[in-house]
This record gives sequence, C-alpha cells and structure tokens, in this order.
Amino acid sequence: MTSSIRRLCFAFVALSMLVAGRPAGAEDTIKIGYVDPFSGPFASGGDEFLKVFGYILQKVNADGGALGKKFELVPFDDKLQPAEALIALKNITDQNIPFVMQCTGSNVGAALVDGVSKHNARNPDNRVLYLNCGALATELTNEQCDFWQFRFTGNVEMRAVARIKALPMDVKKVYLLNQDYLFGQSIQHDTRKWLAKLRPDIEVVGDELMPFGKVQDFSSYVAKIKASGAQSVVTGNYNRDLNLLIKAAVDDGLNVRFDTYLAHLIGGPTAIGSAGEHRLTSITEFHPNVPVELKKPDAEAYSNGWRANHDTDFSEVPFLTMLQMLARAIDTAGSTDALKVALALEDMKATDLVGSPVQMRKVDHQLLMPYYAASFTKDVKYDAEKTGFGWKTDFIASTDDLTLPTVCKMKRPAS
Amino acid sequence: MKSRWLIPALIAVAIALPWCFYDWGHHRHAGFLLSMLSQMGMMVILALSYNMLLGQAGLFSLCHATFFGIGGYATVHLLNAVGAGDLPVPMELMPLLAGLSGLALAILFGAMATKQRATAFAMITLGISELMATAALMFHHFFGGEGGVTTNRMIENSLFGLTYASGLQVYYLILAWTVLATGLMYYLTLTPLGRMANATRDNFERAQFIGYDPRMVRFLQFALSGFFAGIGGGLYAITYEIVTFDALAAPLSANALLMAYIGGTTVFGGPILGAILITLLQSGVSLLSNSWLVYVGVMFIAMVIFAPTGLAGIIKAHGPIRHSGRLGSLVVPYLRLVIPSLGLLLGFVGIVELMSFLTIGAAQGRKLVLFGGPVDVHAALPWVISCGSLILGALWLRIEAAGFHRIWENLTAEVRR
Amino acid sequence: METVLISVLNGLVYGMLLFMLASGLTLIFSMMGVLNFAHASIYMLGAYLAFTVSRFVGFFPALIIAPILCGLIGAAIEIWGLRRVHHNGHIAELLFTFGLVFIIQRLVQMTWGMLPMAYRVPASLDFPLFVLYGANFPAYRGFMLLVSAAMLLGTWLLLKKTRIGLIIQAALTHPQMVSSLGHNVPRVFTTVFAGGCLLAGLAGVIGGNYQTTEPGMADSMGPIVFVVVVFGGLGSLAGCFVASIIMGMIQTFAVVIDYSIADLLRPMGLMLTGDTLLTEVLTVPVARIGALLPFVMMVTILFFRPRGLMGTRDT
Repeated sequence: MTSSIRRLCFAFVALSMLVAGRPAGAEDTIKIGYVDPFSGPFASGGDEFLKVFGYILQKVNADGGALGKKFELVPFDDKLQPAEALIALKNITDQNIPFVMQCTGSNVGAALVDGVSKHNARNPDNRVLYLNCGALATELTNEQCDFWQFRFTGNVEMRAVARIKALPMDVKKVYLLNQDYLFGQSIQHDTRKWLAKLRPDIEVVGDELMPFGKVQDFSSYVAKIKASGAQSVVTGNYNRDLNLLIKAAVDDGLNVRFDTYLAHLIGGPTAIGSAGEHRLTSITEFHPNVPVELKKPDAEAYSNGWRANHDTDFSEVPFLTMLQMLARAIDTAGSTDALKVALALEDMKATDLVGSPVQMRKVDHQLLMPYYAASFTKDVKYDAEKTGFGWKTDFIASTDDLTLPTVCKMKRPAS
Repeated sequence: MKSRWLIPALIAVAIALPWCFYDWGHHRHAGFLLSMLSQMGMMVILALSYNMLLGQAGLFSLCHATFFGIGGYATVHLLNAVGAGDLPVPMELMPLLAGLSGLALAILFGAMATKQRATAFAMITLGISELMATAALMFHHFFGGEGGVTTNRMIENSLFGLTYASGLQVYYLILAWTVLATGLMYYLTLTPLGRMANATRDNFERAQFIGYDPRMVRFLQFALSGFFAGIGGGLYAITYEIVTFDALAAPLSANALLMAYIGGTTVFGGPILGAILITLLQSGVSLLSNSWLVYVGVMFIAMVIFAPTGLAGIIKAHGPIRHSGRLGSLVVPYLRLVIPSLGLLLGFVGIVELMSFLTIGAAQGRKLVLFGGPVDVHAALPWVISCGSLILGALWLRIEAAGFHRIWENLTAEVRR
Repeated sequence: METVLISVLNGLVYGMLLFMLASGLTLIFSMMGVLNFAHASIYMLGAYLAFTVSRFVGFFPALIIAPILCGLIGAAIEIWGLRRVHHNGHIAELLFTFGLVFIIQRLVQMTWGMLPMAYRVPASLDFPLFVLYGANFPAYRGFMLLVSAAMLLGTWLLLKKTRIGLIIQAALTHPQMVSSLGHNVPRVFTTVFAGGCLLAGLAGVIGGNYQTTEPGMADSMGPIVFVVVVFGGLGSLAGCFVASIIMGMIQTFAVVIDYSIADLLRPMGLMLTGDTLLTEVLTVPVARIGALLPFVMMVTILFFRPRGLMGTRDT
C-alpha cells in the first residue's frame, strides 16, 4: 500500500506545483488580474470582454502605459461563482498583482467588494484595488460601498434615470417586466422610484417579475401586456429573456415600444434582428454612431478599427476610460501601491473617448458618466453586429443629469 | 499490514502541505494553495456524504447541494448573530450547528423523497433541487438573493483563542472537521444502519424479509448524509465568508456526483480521491485551459466505460497482487501502457485546444501556447501532429491494452491459486 | 376570455414542442431504463445543425436533413457508448449521458461560438395566419402544430402497424420477455435511441427559430423534459402526451394568474403585514413562480403515485 500512497502523494504534489508554482514573471509590466466567466453558460460575455480589453490595451500601452511600463491582463475564470472568484483573488494576491478587475455579475461583485476589503484589512502589506467594470447593483456604491472598490460603470440607478428621462413625452402608460433576481429587482425598484419623481404623468399599468432564464414561452406575458393597454414595456431583461419576449410580441402583432436597459449587449441585436425595428430602445454607454452624431472623427476611427476585425460592436468605452484613468493615477502616485493609486483616483476628472467629461466621485467611488439612449433603426451609418440595423441616439443623459445622491458612508483607511 | 500508518501519514501530509509552499520572499503562505486545500476539505466531506447515498444505499440523489447550501446559509446567519453579540457560540462548533441545520432540512425532504426509490427518488430530488435554487433567488430575507449573504469570520469567540484572520487557521479548522466527519462517516458504515443500507441497496426484498423497514433505513441514511453535507456547507461559509445560491444550486449537486463516482463508490475512501482530483481540475486546470469542462466530461465518460469502480476501485483491484508480493511484475506492463496513453492524451488535448482556439481564443488576440511553445493554429503541422498522435496512440494503446489485459488475467489467476 | 383562448393556443404549441422532445425520451427511458440526460443536448444539436444546413439548402430540406443527422449521432452514441456501459448498470448509463452533456455543450461552443445564431423563421412562413381578438396567430406556430401532429401520427402508425413497432411496444412493458423470445434487443435499443434522437433533432429544428439558438438552450429545456416524462409515467406514450399538454398549459396559464397565497387568506380575515420571510413567501404571486409549478407537480405526483400519471409500472 505504501508504494501506491507514495505515488499518490507524489502525483498530488506534482499537480500542485503545476498549478501553484508558476514562475513569477519579470516585473517589467503592470499586471491586472481579470476575473470573469470564461467557461460555462455565461462565457460569451467574458470572452468578448477579453477581446475588447486586448484592443483597448493596444491603445493604452501605445500611449505609454504607466510609469513607462505596459499593462498586462492576467485572466482568471470565475465561472460566475463568488467562491471561484474569491479563490482567484487569492491567486492574484499570491502573485502580488495590485489590481483586480471584474466586469460580469453583481453576485461576484458583492463577493469581491467584501473579499478585497477583508483581505486588505488582514494583509496591510499586500493590498489590492478592486476595479469594478460591470457589477451594476446600486448598493455596491451605496449601502455596501467600500474604499477599495472603484466602479467605472453606471449603476442601475443612473441607468434608470437615463432610461426615464429618455422616454418620449407621449408615453403615458408603461408596463414593467423584469427578471426575478437581484439585478431585475433593483431595476424594478429604481425604475419605479424615478418614474414617480421624474414622470408623475406616467401610469404603471403592470409591474411584474418573471423567473430568470426559465420562461420558454412569452406569449402569455404578451397577452397580459396587451390587455393592460401599455404603450411601452420597460424592462431590464437581457439575452434570452429579452429576445424571446420581443419575438413573441412581434409574432403576436403587439405594437408597443420596448424601452430596455440592456438590448445592446453582445448577441442581442443578432438574436432580435428586424423584430426590434422602430420599437426597441436601449441605454448604452456608447455605440458606433455616437462619434458620427457628435462629429468626433478620432473616436469614429477608433471604433472602426475594432469593426474591421470583428463582427461585434465596440461599445465598451468605460473600459477604455477606466484603464486611462488607472494609468494616470499610477503615474500620479508614482507606484502601483493600492492605497496611493486609490487616493490618486479619488475625484479624478477625465474625458472619455468622445470628449465628454467624467469624474470619479470621492464619496462613493462611483464614476459619473454620460449615457446614450438609443433606438434600433436602419437609418444609421454603422449597423450593429452586421444585422443591417444599428443604434441611433435619441437622448443623451449627461454626466450632470446622472450625478445622483448616495448614502455611502465609507470607512477610510488610516494609513 | 502497513495500512494502519496510512491515515496518520495522510493527515500529516495534509498538515505539512501548506508549509511546503511557504513564500519565504514575502513571509506569507500561498493563499491560493490554502484556498484550494480548504476547498478540497469541504469537497471531501460533500463527496463522502453523497456516497452515503449513492454508494452505500444505492440512492441516486440530485439535491445533495441543497443541504450543503443550507448549512452554509445557517452558518452565515449564525456568524452574524455571534458577531453582533447575540449568540455565544465558539467558531469551532459552528460546523456542528451547520450540520444540524442540514439534518433538519434533510429530515423534512427525506420524509418526502425516501418513500420512493430508484428513478422516482432521483426525480423527486431533482424537483427539490430546482425548487430550492429558485427559492434562494426569490426570497431575500434568508438567502439574500443573487448577492448572497456575507459575514465576517473574525468573531473573537474561539475555544483556542484563535482569530481566524489567516487562511492557515481556517485550513486547520477545516482539516480537523474533515478528519472528524470522515471518521464518523466511516464509523457509520460499521453500524447496523450502515450494513442495512448496503442490504437495501443490494437486495430490496430480502432486506424487507428479515424485518427491517427499508424506507426507514433510507430515511435515516438520507438524513445523516444531509447532516454531513451541512457540516461541509458550514466550512464553506467560514472559508469564503459569503454564501450565494451557487452553494445549493444544481451544478454543485452534479459535482458531488462526479467526485463520488470518479473516486469510486464501492470503497469508502474513493470519494476522497475524487474530491481531490475534481477540485484540482476545477481550480487548477481551469487556469490553464477554458476547455476544462471537456476534459472533465471525457474523463468522466472514460471512467464510466472503462473503470466503473472508480479510481479507488482500480487501486483496490491491485490488492490481491500486492499481498502476494507480485506488484513488481506489473511495472513493465504499466510502463508499456504509458507511452501510447501519453500519445493519445497529447493528441486529444492538442485537438481540443486547437479547435477551441480557432473559434473562441484566436480573436482574443492571444497566442496559443501548447506544451511550452507557441503554436500557429493556421499551419497544418500542429493539426497533423495532434491527429496523428491521437490515432496512433489509440491504435497502439489498443494493442498494448490487450497485452496488458492478458498479463493481468494470468497474474490474478496465479495469485488466486 | 380572449386571454384564455390565446393562452390555450399558445399552451398547445408549447406542449406539442415538449411532446416531440419527451416522446423520444420516454421511449428510451421506458425501454432501456436510462434517463438520457443528453436528450436536450441533442435538441440543441438539431437546432444548430438546422441553422447550418438551412444556410446552404434552405429551411425545408434542413427540416429533413438535420433530424436524420441527429438520429445518426444518436445511433453512434448508442453503439459505441451506451452499449459498452450497459453491463455496468443503470446508474453507469445515466452517468454516461451526464458526461455527454458537458462534451456536447463545449463542442457546440467550439464549433459555432458562444453567441446566439441568427436562425430565423423562413420567409414563406413568416406571416400572421389569422387574427384572434386582435392578436395575430403566426403561421409558423401553425406550422409547428402541423409538424408535431404529423409526427404524432407517424409515431403512432409506426408503433401500431409495423413489426418493429410491435416489438418496441412489447419491449416497453416487458423487456426481458422480448429478449427471451429471441428478438435482437440491442438492435431494437439502437433503433429506439436513434429514433428518439431523431425526434429531439426535429424538435430542435422547429424549436430553434421559435426560441433562440444558443449554447444555453439545452440547459433551459433539459429539466422540464424530464418532468414531462416522469409526470406522464413510464412506458406510456399517451401519458407523455397528456403530460406535455398539461405542462404547456400550466406554463402559459400560470403567468396570467396574479394572485398569491396572501390573497387567498385575506377573505378569511388574515392580513399580512411586516417584512419577514413568511410574508415574503406568502405574498409571491403565482405568475412569479409559474416556471416552478411543473416541479411542484412532479414531486407531488411522485409522492402519491410513483408510476406517474398513466404509467404502467413503477419508475
């Protein structure tokens, strides 16, 4: 028996070496640990973002990187599970990588805010900064806000304000349909809250939560929407839950607007196609026609550089803004020390790709940024995902419009 | 018999392992390794408790993660209560309370599910698992929705005055509980209940004839396995300080099944091997390749076809040969198997990586690095090498396997004589 | 009234789609005792294959070709995979199909990528068939009903009027007896497995553009098909049919009901206030838990009648 045990132990140790004992690379780059799902059902998002970051890093590194070094992304697969993300965080801190970045899922985001905060409190000599580029839950920069988190994307509440401000004045009856989980519920909550504040003339004729990713047939929902007499369906649904809804509505001949939050997400335009014409709107951070509308040829050229090699669209301008601001903060701090960089990032003002002003607010570490409400139409210069339809801006919610109050009471580190 | 040294030796290895990877440069432990070892600990408990159903009672359950998750949620709430000063329970006893919550839920669901067996039982558990996972997303008071419930494990209430700030202390806590739970589960297999569970698995009618109520046996076994799964969940909550619905969702139940089966359901220690292997694959190989699910799937299918008794079953099959001291004569045949197997493996990994790189990875602007060198996916050579090595390896392995089989048969026949 | 009628029609369409998937599974399950976890994966393969084939030769040839391809894949799985596992028992077989799910999932992702496919309803079927209370009934849904009715009829004729059908029927209820009578049971198994996969492929072809063709479609369809099969009962195609229609109707009707348990309690003088777990549970409207009802029903029926609705023997 001992021999087989010895063999077993040997194999175990060898495997662990394979995993843990990867040589620490020479410190000639600034590493950013990137945690997102790269396998399993949600891999499409992580995959696309990785490509986008590749494109963005080319620019940021060509512009000089930070401290004369180039940025390098070290991806970790979290399978969209908080526990896996926390294991990845351990891996990142083991390798002394000072930044952890994550762009998909508020469940993972909440775990990372908490995990990073505890790690920094317990290991003051090896702190990390959490760069949130896609965990949208409003709480993360309100009740659950933390000094070590910086959010470079608009939270649900900001999007809700943009969404409601973009609703045409002739819309008087809306139907809310959202997915029954944290994100959908917070969209439902914030939409109702701001509808009451900004558009008291609008009547909410239906307010419903549907099981997330479980509904196979939306025609009953369509029948309900029709019976309610709504002019517009305001929904935070995305991917399958949105595509099937719109398909069912078109099949049914239901003539309402779909004022969505996330129809522009990758794969959405392809799946919806002509069904969305003249009825679909979305709240985007950027879309390829923004530079055309604002007459910014540089930005247009940059967006086209992506289109030349990909079937998808470049809409992740906040990612670019994030890395540019990070580079500046590192230069200002003169090091990659998490605390110094965090202090440099606070209240930093910058301009994004199309020249709009943005600012990292000190009180809650939320980036104040503009949003573009856009509708899905043929009448555009650049189509989305080669579908023949593209996004056309109807309304710009400016940075000032979206500067909302926060309840964040942040605990700041002593040193 | 040297095997009585086996268990202390294994525990000693588990205690020493974190120190083997101590980072002297920074004077700290390798956090990733500690996390992985901790994960292994709780997965060992999960897999072993699952095997109480699958291996020992022949019950195919699809809701095992439910009890794991409920243990986790209970622990998080308890920890928060202790942290707020409402409840004086030391950290070291938390997993016990987690186990009791798992037990309570398992009694409730067990009363429903264990009236049936075989497929009806499996489908009831599938339904339970779906219901619980959806409920976890829907009801915020207990489950916290998608964001889960967070806690802080530094509750300053410990029997030994530990703070549990470092991963190492947590790892040793997990290790202690893993050893304890494993010991208890082993002890259970020796009790009349464990024996009767085997009997109802092997022959339902006979077990009834000798006067035991198989339903009661199934129910007890189910409830107790829920108890141990709950302990695992408690350790999960302590390690990650957050519990989300993933801890009771279907993928974890599937993982429990994979670990138990790959490790081997017929031997008590089998699921331990399975848990270690799957955790390595999940946390380790997924760092190297995004196609790790394919490898798990293929490995799983290969095990089902060629080694239904699992890893432990294979090791156990060597028992008689080892006793007769003939293990040495198997070394050469094994070595002859190694080369074609490596060829097969190389070809397979090559093709999977090349293919997935072509459709998914290429556009990410990364370079494919296979076996230590960069590879050009659009050249014919890597494809030819991979396919060739796959096919040749497979054919060669077939021949060698036939030869090995002959030697094996002869040897076992001799040993038996 | 109009909502009811429209819901009935939609429930019927969805129920028939479910039946197409579940009928194959129920045949395989009853005869071989294997719950084929990979059945929904074959459904997904059917949709993807139809998408690719229809790009070259059009939708209607794809309607024939893609299911046949799926049938062949099924036959291959049975001959080279399942048959080798058979002697290791039912759990091994089940686990084998379980492993297949992972592999097919990733293969699909590797071949077609991660994003949804632009697999659309053919133009010749993309018009409203008739208008009912101001709501369109699309022609494609009519076509789906037609295809599934034709399939139902075809399967019925095959089972009742042909020799192989009679053997299959016999094997459904008395597998041991059939093999004792000297029939080549393995070949019957292969036929049934391939046939089941063919039906799943067919469901994929017409379901793929009715819903969306994406790597997650197997996961979303899988559990509900199991529920249908188990609910309907082992060895009974009729039970499977009834169960499919019931499940289709439940899913479409539950959405329409906006009441919760709390609403039921209110006339009895019970008012719920406060913000506790109990109130949260009791005030959930039925519409929110619509997708869960099939599982509740399955657990309930198994609890009281383990052989399912119209099953001939215990599962």
